[in-house]
Amino acid sequence: MSSRVGAARRLRSNPGALCAALIIAVIVALTLFGPWFNPNGSQTLDWSHVASPPTWQSAHWFGTDRLGRDLYARTLEGARVSLAVGLLASAVSLLIGIGYGALAGFIGGRTDHLMMRIIETLSGLPLIFFVIFLNVVLGRNEYILFLSIGAVGWLTMARIVRGQTMSLRRREFIEAAIVSGAGTARIIVKHVIPNVIGPVVVYATLTVPHIIMLESFLSFLGLGVQEPHASLGTLIAAGAGEMEAAPWILLIPGGLLAVLLLALNLLGDGLRDALDVREPA
Amino acid sequence: MLRYFLTRLAGAVPTLFVIVTITFFLVRAAPGGPFDQEQTLPPQIMANLQTAYGLDQPIWTQYARYLRALAHGDFGPSFKYKDFSVTELIVQGFPVTLEIGATAMVLALLLGVPIGTFAALHRNSAADYAAMSLAVVGIAIPSFVVLPFLGLVFGIYVHWLPVAGWEPRSMRYLVLPIAALTLPPLGVIARLTRAGMLEVLRSDFLRTAAAKGLPLRIMIWRHALRPALLPVASYLAPAVASIMTGSLVVESIAGLPGIGRYMVQGALNRDYTLVLGMVIIYSTLLIVMGLFVDLLYAWLDPRVRLHP
Repeated sequence: MSSRVGAARRLRSNPGALCAALIIAVIVALTLFGPWFNPNGSQTLDWSHVASPPTWQSAHWFGTDRLGRDLYARTLEGARVSLAVGLLASAVSLLIGIGYGALAGFIGGRTDHLMMRIIETLSGLPLIFFVIFLNVVLGRNEYILFLSIGAVGWLTMARIVRGQTMSLRRREFIEAAIVSGAGTARIIVKHVIPNVIGPVVVYATLTVPHIIMLESFLSFLGLGVQEPHASLGTLIAAGAGEMEAAPWILLIPGGLLAVLLLALNLLGDGLRDALDVREPA
Repeated sequence: MLRYFLTRLAGAVPTLFVIVTITFFLVRAAPGGPFDQEQTLPPQIMANLQTAYGLDQPIWTQYARYLRALAHGDFGPSFKYKDFSVTELIVQGFPVTLEIGATAMVLALLLGVPIGTFAALHRNSAADYAAMSLAVVGIAIPSFVVLPFLGLVFGIYVHWLPVAGWEPRSMRYLVLPIAALTLPPLGVIARLTRAGMLEVLRSDFLRTAAAKGLPLRIMIWRHALRPALLPVASYLAPAVASIMTGSLVVESIAGLPGIGRYMVQGALNRDYTLVLGMVIIYSTLLIVMGLFVDLLYAWLDPRVRLHP
């Protein structure tokens, strides 16, 4: 317990990570409650304000896009979608990574060797292509999107969990469980996983920005979230096409994605340093 | 060494075979076909097209035929770019992709290693914090956000460089795309170098070197750099993968005639052979890079022995 108190103190003395946590909280709150303060819907077309710049006087605080849709409403919707996909896909990759890593680390020996070789081979492949395929092949919907992203994002997590499990393997309470005849599945679920959860949480905070980046990347290519829905990636793609005449259509969602990813990375780094988790090579 | 190299190369063949097989059946499983258009073609013309490209054969026959052609170095005809073979498309586009990708990789190393070393030597100074903050920015912000921003600033506001476009043998069009591709690996390399260097600087053999009175320059160059760069070496293969991924979007934003755009277009158009060709090229590059990393590792760390 005392190590956790120390970790909390180390985290509190890291102004960057604290700032980042605050920024993330503000962005999450904005995506949840922001639309309440906005008279404009994200799909309403306002033909009297087409591609108008941001102003405080008009009803469109962030301006409008080429079709007269309110950019404030659309950016918040996009951020909500990006965050939701990021969290769900991270959960998918977390589940696979923990299961795989704990199994490999606990069984050890030849099985472990083989399982790690599989991870090595997979991490040497252009996995983004398979995500692109899956989304093309299985049709474009949000469930496929986060399942496929989660399915390729678990490799590092599995490595971390395996390393932790291997060091747990020799501890007395695990040996006691083995001696008293508990099965492998039971030991992994009851004893191994609860004890690796700390480093897993830390690494998960670094998985989320990685996955949000992947999602925006796919949406940017037109493979992820489809019109009329928006994610930050589709908004940036639309904005990049208009940046000469209407730079705010690019700058607002692009800036928000940049700030969000930066904050998530800083928070993850801060947590990792505070809890002193090492990423295995 | 040579034996190790050859064994590894031979080991890459089954890997590639598995990748080709999975990809082949995956793209075939996609609904729709390469000749679907907004107007449906008359059935007779469709049937003729299918016959001409061998699509009327059973899928196993097509698979066997594709593998046989591949073994002779033939990637087959493109379905969408009529009159072009996949080989021709790749030969045309690959030099551009290679030019921006390789430049980005070299720049990331040439800038990242000195920045990381400098930050480690001046640990917890303002310069260290500045360098590491910049590294996080580079890692966190994806290239498809960075490139439009750079285009807005340098292309539209100050008019130094073109936003997009391409001319043969003109560097002007490549500066911004290369910058956008360089930043993410640059950030990671700077951080890895700093961490590796800090670890090495604490070690006994460097304390000995310092006690002997060796100048700092020699300590770094002759003793510290090689072990400190081990984490960077193992990052090189993922770095190549990240630059490849980045070049998919960077080429399309900057309007460069590389092969990055063929990947997404090919998948969307069901251009089966083009997609397969792209996957083979990229996978081969990654496998070769992985092999290169292992050799580099053995050179950097004499304790590593290469077992085939």
